[in-house]
Amino acid sequence: MALHFSSAHPISALHPLLCFFLHDTYPEMEYASGLQRQLASMKKNLFDQGYLDEQFYQLEELQDESSPNFVEEVVTLFFRDSSRLVANIDQALQKYPQDFRRLDNFMHQLKGSASSIGAAKMKNECTSFREFCNKENREGCLRSFQKVKKEHAVLKQKLENYFQLLKQVGPVDKATHSGN
Amino acid sequence: MERPLFSVRAEAFPAGLRVLVVDDDPTWLKILEKMLRKCSYEVTTCSLATDALSMLREQKDKFDIVISDVNMPDMDGFKLLEHVGLEMDLPVIMMSIDGETSRVMKGVQHGACDYLLKPVRMKELKNIWQHVYRKKMHELKEIQTHYNNEDINILRYGSEDLDDRNLTDGITNISSARKRKDVDYKEFGDQEFGDPSRLKKARVVWSVDLHQKFVNAVNQIGLDKVGPKKILDLMNVPGLTRENVASHLQKYRLYLSRLQKQSEDSTSGGNMPSDLINNDNVANFELTSSTNMQQCSEHTKHVGTSENLVPGIIADAHIGDIKKIVPVQGIESEKGLISDSPISQNFNNVPRLSALFSFKGMTPGIEEKAREPTTSKHQTLHDGAPRMQCMHYPGQGNCGMLDDYSYLSSSDQDHQVSFNLCSSSPVISATVTNEKDMKDLSEMKPVPTDQRNAHFAAIPQVACMTGSVSLQIKHGMVHSQDAGAICKLDGSPNTKGCSTEQIDNQECFPLTCEFSPKSEAELDSLPGDLHLCSIQKFGCFEDVGFGGAENFQDIISTPDTQVQNDWYISSELNNDYLYETVDYPLIDECLFA
Repeated sequence: MALHFSSAHPISALHPLLCFFLHDTYPEMEYASGLQRQLASMKKNLFDQGYLDEQFYQLEELQDESSPNFVEEVVTLFFRDSSRLVANIDQALQKYPQDFRRLDNFMHQLKGSASSIGAAKMKNECTSFREFCNKENREGCLRSFQKVKKEHAVLKQKLENYFQLLKQVGPVDKATHSGN
Repeated sequence: MERPLFSVRAEAFPAGLRVLVVDDDPTWLKILEKMLRKCSYEVTTCSLATDALSMLREQKDKFDIVISDVNMPDMDGFKLLEHVGLEMDLPVIMMSIDGETSRVMKGVQHGACDYLLKPVRMKELKNIWQHVYRKKMHELKEIQTHYNNEDINILRYGSEDLDDRNLTDGITNISSARKRKDVDYKEFGDQEFGDPSRLKKARVVWSVDLHQKFVNAVNQIGLDKVGPKKILDLMNVPGLTRENVASHLQKYRLYLSRLQKQSEDSTSGGNMPSDLINNDNVANFELTSSTNMQQCSEHTKHVGTSENLVPGIIADAHIGDIKKIVPVQGIESEKGLISDSPISQNFNNVPRLSALFSFKGMTPGIEEKAREPTTSKHQTLHDGAPRMQCMHYPGQGNCGMLDDYSYLSSSDQDHQVSFNLCSSSPVISATVTNEKDMKDLSEMKPVPTDQRNAHFAAIPQVACMTGSVSLQIKHGMVHSQDAGAICKLDGSPNTKGCSTEQIDNQECFPLTCEFSPKSEAELDSLPGDLHLCSIQKFGCFEDVGFGGAENFQDIISTPDTQVQNDWYISSELNNDYLYETVDYPLIDECLFA
């Protein structure tokens, strides 16, 4: 599994110090807490860089004993559905002449879907796509759609990593995850 | 319908609120379900609007509130909204990622009690119970108002223009009916509001069986001699009131008259090209985005004594026997217009139409059965037809559905008003409340009180046929003599009489609103979508997004006019129908849903 800190982060600077400190006293904990920190950091990045927004926190709030993997389930569902939508849009874009109304409908759906998990960047790209659609700017639509696809793919990868790490860290107190 | 856990639910309210969530996005559906469960609500999810609708129809009392997305592939959310409002009168909350004012306004116009923006927050969902509660309160209040008004009307109009026969009937029965209603009302008053779902709505559904009984009774008595009381006695259906029968009879008569007229007048009767009809109707459907159903091209009311009745009359084999000619049409075509279904091809057989029409909540399948074997054409529409016939106007005041009424000019010089429903939704409710007036129909004359009422040349048979509708569409409004006066509410109690019952039956919506000249300006100020009553425009063709109940009410200037009361009442689905219909000079078909 690739774990990397994608950007300079205060914690990463502290990390060596903490490692040193914890290593002496609580080696197992250090490992676990290291993972947790990674997880927290990863998550923070996702938010800071605008991949995710408030809605994602809402999903986490909904997670409870009766649905302990709620967030992951929702995210999985999202990517499955949105991939289908993206493929539809791809197809629709191939057609000529362009049916902008239909494209707009698709994109509206995709945007609504993206909002469900808080996929902020993706949502923004959807919005600009719709603007191009309104102006019936085919070129603009094509370019914009490439961006949408890219954001979709990037987010998918990041969240996959996130959930993998989450599994490794194991069930942890929510506060730990979101707090760090 | 009492639920066994009623007492438990009542105490726990709003916990246990039964919510139906409709959204084509599976991710959102999952999230909303979770959120609502966290609010301690009972959640049912549905990803297809059509499924949701059939679920709602099958079990009318199963849900307290519906939450629906606006954009769905199989049916427009606004359309679903209208359906639900009309048929089930449940509060509906719309959701969308699109928060544009125009969309939100459209939602409200169609009767949404709230419009949530996605992403939806828990705190917003926590409060949805208030819509349920509010609605119940409102309904009770309406009943109270209605009762009060009824009293006034009885005093004021009780003896006007009544046939001897009807008069006697009316008077003797009104008081007994009122007594019945009083009892019902008391029940309401005493009920705890803890569980709003327990509040009963009295409504008569003219099912196939019921209508068949009705028809049998009518035939047995003989249409000439028939009267509501006799029918009621013969039918021997517990719980059916004389008023129910009376209004149904009126509709039936109109329906028959219309059939008769059509067969007399039309050369092409029923030969409307199906394609044409279908296409047109489809076009109509397409016209309005969400309000296909109700487009009321014009609510011209008619004029004069004849009431344009809602053709909700169930088709019956005896139609041919009716000699009276009823100019009213429209509803039939409306029927066909039930939004989602393809327009029925040929409404020659009125019976078909009406059958569709008046059946509330009937599934298309049932309609088929109800239809006479001979006329196969009608079919159609009714995929959804039965339901929508009457546009009930949910208390939220949305006039989601507008009937299209177009005036068809015809060479026929009778001043008959024909309302053709252009729109798909069956909103129609021309209400002819006055039984006795059936005879008068042919004498329809412009209502003197409202000069703006154009008289419409009756369009022969067309009215009933979808074909006619399409024709009309093509022609556009032929003679709209001006005006925007669409609904003419003559201020007569008649409409009122008709309305409640019909509303209950969901058959007709005796919406007659008088547009006084000054309302012209008001008309202008209505949302662009609302072409409602503009005769000049074929409302049906345009996107009648109007729900404007609020608008409408604004237009009705005097709160204590009959009009308003009637309208108000008719818009309240749950009002019981107390009145014996008396003279209804105008039948307003347009349901401002």
